[in-house]
Amino acid sequence: MARVLSLGEAVAELVHDGDTVALEGFTHLIPVEAGHEIIRQGRKNLTLVRMTPDIVYDQLIGAGCASKLIFSWGGNPGVGSLHRFRDAVQHSWPVPLEIEEHSHAGMANRYVAGASGLPFAVLRGYTGTDLPAQTDTIKPITCPFTGEQLTAVPALNPDVTIVHAQRADRAGNVQLWGIAGVQKEAVLAAKRSLVTVEEVVDELEPKPGALVLPTWAVTAVAEVPGGAKPSYAAGYYERDNSAYQAWDLIGRDRDEFTKWLNELTGVKA
Amino acid sequence: MSEYTADEMMSIAAARALGEGMSCFVGIGLPSTAANLARRTHAPNLTLIYESGCLGAKPTRLPLSIGDGELADTADAVVSVPEVFNYWLQPGRIDVGFLGAAQLDKFGNINTTVIGSDYHDPKVRLPGAGGAPEIAASCKEVFIVLRQSPRAFVDKVDFITSFGHGTGKGDREKLGLPGAGPTLVVTDLGLMRPDPETAELTLTELHPGIEVEQAIAATGWKLKVAADLKTTPAPTDEELTLLRSLKKAGE
Repeated sequence: MARVLSLGEAVAELVHDGDTVALEGFTHLIPVEAGHEIIRQGRKNLTLVRMTPDIVYDQLIGAGCASKLIFSWGGNPGVGSLHRFRDAVQHSWPVPLEIEEHSHAGMANRYVAGASGLPFAVLRGYTGTDLPAQTDTIKPITCPFTGEQLTAVPALNPDVTIVHAQRADRAGNVQLWGIAGVQKEAVLAAKRSLVTVEEVVDELEPKPGALVLPTWAVTAVAEVPGGAKPSYAAGYYERDNSAYQAWDLIGRDRDEFTKWLNELTGVKA
Repeated sequence: MSEYTADEMMSIAAARALGEGMSCFVGIGLPSTAANLARRTHAPNLTLIYESGCLGAKPTRLPLSIGDGELADTADAVVSVPEVFNYWLQPGRIDVGFLGAAQLDKFGNINTTVIGSDYHDPKVRLPGAGGAPEIAASCKEVFIVLRQSPRAFVDKVDFITSFGHGTGKGDREKLGLPGAGPTLVVTDLGLMRPDPETAELTLTELHPGIEVEQAIAATGWKLKVAADLKTTPAPTDEELTLLRSLKKAGE
C-alpha cells in the first residue's frame, strides 16, 4: 500500500546516494519539484535514468547529483541544448558524467523488460548505427524461430522511479491521463516508487482512458501542487514555454547557474 | 508573387513532398512545420504520428515539442511510448519518417550524437538519437530536412546515429533493414535524391533564384548534379499565407 508522505519525507526515505533513479515524464507531467528536492537534499553519485532528460536533469547534473546518465535524447525541447549536461560531458563540470546512450525504442523496451520481470527485451533496432559500439547494453541476438538478427537490450530496473500524476486518493491509488509516456513501465520496473500528484482527493472521478496505478503498485504518494511546472499537467495547467527559453540563458553560464542553484538550496551567495 | 525567405521555401518544398493520405512519423522542428503545413494545403488527410504516443494529431498551431498538450488533445489516439515504437513503427506501418539532422553525409546517414571523432571527448555533444534510428530503419521511406552548409553536409558523418544508405547502394538490404531509407533531402537551396545506381545524394532540384555553384559551395562533398536538374516551383501565395499564420500561431 502506498503511504501518503510529504515530498521531503518521501525523497529522504526513498532516494539514497548512489541509487539508480528514474524521473520519467514525456514533456508532460515531469516531476520537477521532486528533482529539486533531490538537489536540496544533496544526493550524490546518482545514476539518473530518463528517455528525455530535459531541464530538471540539467539542473540535477549541474548541481553535481549525478555520476551517470542513461538516456536516449538530452535536450531542452523546442529550445536547444542542455548546457549543464554538455559541460559535464565535455568538461567534467562540476563532476564527470558517464553516459549510457540508447534510442527511444531501446529505452522504452528496457523499461518494458524491467516491468515484465524479464532480463532483456528484443527489438529490431540500432542496425547499422554506431550506438552499439559505445555500450555493452546493446547486443545482437538471433531469433530462435526464424534466425533473424535482432537486438537485445537489458532490463532497466531503477532503485526508485519518480513520476508526477494528476490525482491520487487517500488510499494511494494514482490516476494519470494525457500523454503517459513510459511512466507506467518505469514505475512497475522500479524497486521503489514515488508519485507526486497535483492533489489528493477522497475519491477518483473516473476518466476514460486514464492510467491508474493501484496503491499496491506504488511505494509513496506526495501531494505537490504545481509539481510538474514548468512542464504541464493536463487538466491543471499549461506548459510554461518561456521558462524553457529562460533556462537556456541560465544553463549556458556556470555563474548564472550557480546563482540559480544557491537560490534553490537557500545558500547565500 | 510575394517575397519569401529561403527557410520558407524549404518548409514549403518539404510540405509538398508529403502526399495526401500518407502516414508520417514527425520529428520536431522543421519536419513538424512542414507536416503541419501539408495538412493545411494539399494533404488534409495526412496522418501525423509523434513519438510521444500521439497518433493522428491535428494541432491547430505548431507544437513546441513532441509532447505538446495540443497534440494529445487533437489526436485520434494517445498511446504509450513503448506502444508507438513497438506496435506502430517497428512493423513498418508508417509511410514516411520525417527527420532533421545535425550532420548528414552523402549517403544520407544522420548524426545527432556527437561532433568530433572521439565519442568520449567530443567537440560538441548533441542531444542524441531519440526515436530517429528506428524511424530511419522502419518507415517505408525517410525524408530529411535541414539547412545546407558544408559543416552540416559532410562527406562522412562523425557518428552514425541513424542509418541512411551506409556506404552505398545495397547496404540496407545487406543489413536487413526493412524501409527504403532516405529518398529525399530538402534544404534551403534545393532538393537532393539518392542516385538510383549508387545511392549517393545528388542535387535534383534548385529553388528559384539559387545557382548550382551555391549548392555545390554549401556541400561538404563534391556534390553531383542531376542531368535533368529542375527548378522548384516558387511558393504560392496560399502556401506562404498558411505557413506564416501557422508560424505566428505557434509563437
